[in-house]
Amino acid sequence: TMIGCHSASTWAVVFIGCRSLSSLAELPEMHQMMRQTCRDYADRELGPIAGKLDKEHLFPAQQVRELGAMGVMAIEVPEALGGAGMDYLAYSLAVEEISRGCGSTGCVVSVNNSLYIGPILKFGTQKQKEQWITPFTTGEKVGCFALSEPGNGSDAGAASTLARQEGEEWVLNGTKAWITNSWDASATVIFATTDKSLKHKGISAFLVPMPHPGLSLGKKEDKLGIRATSTANLILEDCRIPLGNMLGSRGSGFKIAMQTLDSGRIGIASQALGIAQAALDCAADYAHKRTAFGAPIGKLQAVQFKLADMAVAVESARLLTWKAAMLKDAKKPFTKEAAMAKLAASEAATFCGHQSIQVLGGMGYVTDMPAERHYRDARITEIYEGTSEIQRLVIAGQLLKEYAS
Amino acid sequence: MSPASVFVCLSLTLLSDYPVIRVKPDNSGVVTDGVKHSMNPFCEIAVEEAVKLKEKKFIKEVVAVSCGPTQVTETIRTALAMGCDRGIHVEVSGKDYEAMGPLQIAKIFAALAKKEEASLVILGKQAIDDDCNQTGQMTAALLDWPQGTFASEVTIDGEKVKVVREIDGGLETIKISMPAVLTADLRLNTPRYATLPNIMKAKKKKIANMKPADLGVDMVSRVEVLRVDEPPTRLAGVKVETVDDLVAKLKANGTI
Repeated sequence: TMIGCHSASTWAVVFIGCRSLSSLAELPEMHQMMRQTCRDYADRELGPIAGKLDKEHLFPAQQVRELGAMGVMAIEVPEALGGAGMDYLAYSLAVEEISRGCGSTGCVVSVNNSLYIGPILKFGTQKQKEQWITPFTTGEKVGCFALSEPGNGSDAGAASTLARQEGEEWVLNGTKAWITNSWDASATVIFATTDKSLKHKGISAFLVPMPHPGLSLGKKEDKLGIRATSTANLILEDCRIPLGNMLGSRGSGFKIAMQTLDSGRIGIASQALGIAQAALDCAADYAHKRTAFGAPIGKLQAVQFKLADMAVAVESARLLTWKAAMLKDAKKPFTKEAAMAKLAASEAATFCGHQSIQVLGGMGYVTDMPAERHYRDARITEIYEGTSEIQRLVIAGQLLKEYAS
Repeated sequence: MSPASVFVCLSLTLLSDYPVIRVKPDNSGVVTDGVKHSMNPFCEIAVEEAVKLKEKKFIKEVVAVSCGPTQVTETIRTALAMGCDRGIHVEVSGKDYEAMGPLQIAKIFAALAKKEEASLVILGKQAIDDDCNQTGQMTAALLDWPQGTFASEVTIDGEKVKVVREIDGGLETIKISMPAVLTADLRLNTPRYATLPNIMKAKKKKIANMKPADLGVDMVSRVEVLRVDEPPTRLAGVKVETVDDLVAKLKANGTI
């Protein structure tokens, strides 16, 4: 077990004698097996088709079903509800390996696990869990998370989507923007203001099936990367749902959103790690094979320095991600560490994507090699589920609390 | 009467797509330290077939067996995660492991199959590192059981097994009585990915430990490896302009 530590400097001392030491040096056998099975799946089933999925903007429906059959679409969900019953460290490893094969598929896995199932698992009633989680564990159905609006992304407290009660129903009106999985989802966790006067404490969370009368989808966004996922607006026009569809208590929506995003950050950090690793693998492999000036370019210090910097960026972000996951599994506070992981991993992904193209030179710029896709896929990880700027605010906020007298 | 237990015998081999295998400086073998090992692909197919037979309720229990050093338990655990019920690890390490060949392994598997009263022993047709293709056949001979090798289709029919074999001339169908030994060929099935819930369940499944001596098997090899060399470096070819030139050249160097 990990002993809770309040500041980064006690980390080295606490390390000694904890399970965490051996976990970070070498993962437990179960996790290694799970990582290997996901890696095999990614190498054999995702790697070969990732380029096509990206080019044709195709949702990987069959692969999502296969991953569901393996338990990957609901890793933390208890077996009784149809999930794999594993921990968040296992989830992080799975998302990283899947993303290494295909960044878009990794995104679908992460959104379904952390953003859709996550809040229902934590805040839902037993009946809600059975109704809204179990059918979404098999890969047959995926969910989505609707918080952002055209008028507010980072400013989540300013939700202008409204929910009013009419008899035995909630009636929702408003527009949500940038919703991942929207066109492929069968349900959404959506946030709307139930009491405008209470500001962010007046936001509540709801469960809405898709499709549903009163809920329509905007056009699919034409994105730079993760093109196999669908991103669109959710438009609510007098969308009616039963009272029992409220998730958690009235007014707790903002809290639910923030806590969900805390965990979701570990998922996105893992996705970013997978993309970064894929970019590094591509560059390192090319450095062996491409010859220039009479030798493989891997012999040139300029290339070596790039590869070394990429490897350090990925490995350090990975350890931060594992630490955040292990803290969460130990039921310790992990907000700061999750934000650090997401920040480090997403910046590692964009760095590795960029440098990988540089190592490949002209070949990195064309679609024959996957480097350009990694570059494009990496970019979103610094934006969604909390921009890098928001992560810095979260980290600073937690840090200052620790030093407050 | 449905057969009680099926033994799947696994081999741990050098990873199939490892970029570079090197010969040891003393030419006594190949460098295996630090090289990633995994379950032999044909053994994966064997495990899959056994698990499928159990799912179709033809058999009650699947036991995964492997011989080798401690590393081998990872392979057995993977087989458990694919659906085998329990495992047996026959510990062979050091010099014995380096000298271990198909005959020693076959003796071990035969002894175990008899001891545990297996009705079917399924192996991969060959290991991809040594390509011997002998263990299955030797096991059957030692047990004096019928064998269905290079199986591309297996159907259980009462007390008999119908096996479609891939042979040089095409496909041969045979019917053999159980207990029997089968070896799996490439097209028998597509092995499943270990699902996460099954990986969790595999944690609780038992792997028994034993030594060849416990089975009365002597590990002395009758084969001595004299030398291992890398294949000769491929020389550049010669391009010719016409078919006549080609025929002339082949005649000149004695090929035809």
